[in-house]
Amino acid sequence: MSTAEHAETNRRDFLYIATGAVGAVGAALTAWPFINQMNPDASVRALASVEVDLSPIAEGQEITIKWRGNPVFVRHRLPAEIEAAKAVSVADLPDPLARNANVADGDEATDVNRVVAGKEQFLVMMGVCTHLGCVPIPNEGDFAVVEGSSKHGGWFCPCHGSHYDTAGRIRKGPAPQNLPIPQYTYLSDTQIRIG
Amino acid sequence: MSGHSTYEPKSAFAKWFHERLPVMDLVKGQALDFPTPKNLNYFWTFGGILAVMLVVQILTGVMLVMHYTPHVDYAFASVEHIMRDVNSGWLIRYMHMNGASMFFIAVYIHIFRGMYYGSYKAPREVLWMIGVLIYLVMMATAFMGYVLPWGQMSFWGAKVITNLFSAIPFVGDSITTLLWGGYSVDNPTLNRFFSLHYLLPFVLAALVALHIWALHVPGNNNPTGVSVKSSQDTLPFHPYYTMKDAFAIVVFFMFFAFWIFFAPNYLGHAINYQQANPLVTPAHIVPEWYYLPFYAILRAVPDKLGGVIAMFASILILFALPWLDTSKVRSGNYRPLFKGFFWIFVVVCIGLGYLGSRPAEGLYVVFSQILTVYYFAHFLVILPLLGLLESPKPLPSSISDDVLARSRPATAAVPAE
Repeated sequence: MSTAEHAETNRRDFLYIATGAVGAVGAALTAWPFINQMNPDASVRALASVEVDLSPIAEGQEITIKWRGNPVFVRHRLPAEIEAAKAVSVADLPDPLARNANVADGDEATDVNRVVAGKEQFLVMMGVCTHLGCVPIPNEGDFAVVEGSSKHGGWFCPCHGSHYDTAGRIRKGPAPQNLPIPQYTYLSDTQIRIG
Repeated sequence: MSGHSTYEPKSAFAKWFHERLPVMDLVKGQALDFPTPKNLNYFWTFGGILAVMLVVQILTGVMLVMHYTPHVDYAFASVEHIMRDVNSGWLIRYMHMNGASMFFIAVYIHIFRGMYYGSYKAPREVLWMIGVLIYLVMMATAFMGYVLPWGQMSFWGAKVITNLFSAIPFVGDSITTLLWGGYSVDNPTLNRFFSLHYLLPFVLAALVALHIWALHVPGNNNPTGVSVKSSQDTLPFHPYYTMKDAFAIVVFFMFFAFWIFFAPNYLGHAINYQQANPLVTPAHIVPEWYYLPFYAILRAVPDKLGGVIAMFASILILFALPWLDTSKVRSGNYRPLFKGFFWIFVVVCIGLGYLGSRPAEGLYVVFSQILTVYYFAHFLVILPLLGLLESPKPLPSSISDDVLARSRPATAAVPAE
């Protein structure tokens, strides 16, 4: 400012730099809490896991539970659904990755990699379409197992027409990925904990 | 003085934009080049501090609303949720809570500065009156904000203050019921206070814009009270006063930070951490510190309607101040008698504040009554008479002359400047 008039540093220069420095540091230190307050708070993070009892779910039946605010499908699959899923070659899948938090990241989307070994009848996955987040409808779509007039397994998203097969893999429509499988563990033979 | 702009758009885009929206012209004329008296002291930085405090309150308030629930069953718990669960929620709430007190500290210094230097006198009467209006809206906003945590003091403060209106003859009870939306302070009251507490800060922002507009017609008053006579008396607002204001704001923020980090609850009341109970009144209820002088005036009058009238009159009388002060000399520096009475008035206001925090009994009431009488006498007797009786000291011929006269002894000592 007045450096043009005075060769050496004067009081105004000092105040100018000191004020600017304190202001800049202060603004930066304040910006982070102001933004971070919008991230999930402690009460939300505390709800990060949920336990499910599988014993009341009959064969061919599906329940939806809420985990972190989103639906999770827990389906007790019929043998025909498992067979249909196993019959598909990975090369025919639009998304060849398992999308399973319980297996390695790059694993293939085989039916085995979508479930827990020895518990193939139980398919646990997010009920959130990977296109734009709608909840797909069970026992619908082009990839359900058809027995007479009834359909078993498979999901169809009514919002924009995505078809998922009996292992929850995307087969047709705009969705880019298979329905993701959250981290879960068997606490006992019939009890799982998600998250 | 209304800052004729010399803005010349430099680039082709700036020219194109200027022809469609001459906002840079306004910024240059009113914010950058605006001619400002060159002798303003640090008391003149409180306008800038207040503008920044309004922004702080709006920002932190918007963030608190993201986590607050305006319902009698959840409000108190949601405030504790902010304090314990929300990331940095404690910091944001303490900023907002103490920010209100800082806002009032700054506004009181700003008001007393205006009183001492006669900034309310012609041609700045409208500027002053908009300021009083801002102060009134601030008080209403702060009051409604204090109700939102739904603690014991929130509830009983709300009940007592809304009951002031029941003193109005004939329609008082109906007005109180209307304000409450029921037969007591309850969920409808909390909901409407929340709505208004969010609205009023934006009304304040609009009033502040008018306040600055009214300021920029005559330009700033200054410590001599002598009007600007030539460009010798002024400096461009930028960089001289942007710099001075920024420095003062940073120092004020350090003071603000002291309260947030070391004494966040000192200015509040412990009992407000107890959830509102409509069935039990706390033993000693007092408003926040910034209302205490008016609370003392309310209690000094031993009559319900009389007390309410005195309290409102003590604020509304400020609107008449430009006409109650009969002296033509603005600055208190040149008014030997006024200067003394000004400081007595400051002490009386602080004294009323102290008395407002005491229980309404014994000598406290007697002193409240004496100081209340003095408070009104200052405006209605002392100021009108002083203008007639006092002989002011000679005024400097210009701001520039005054500045030079003050710096002459110093320059004589250092001749080789």
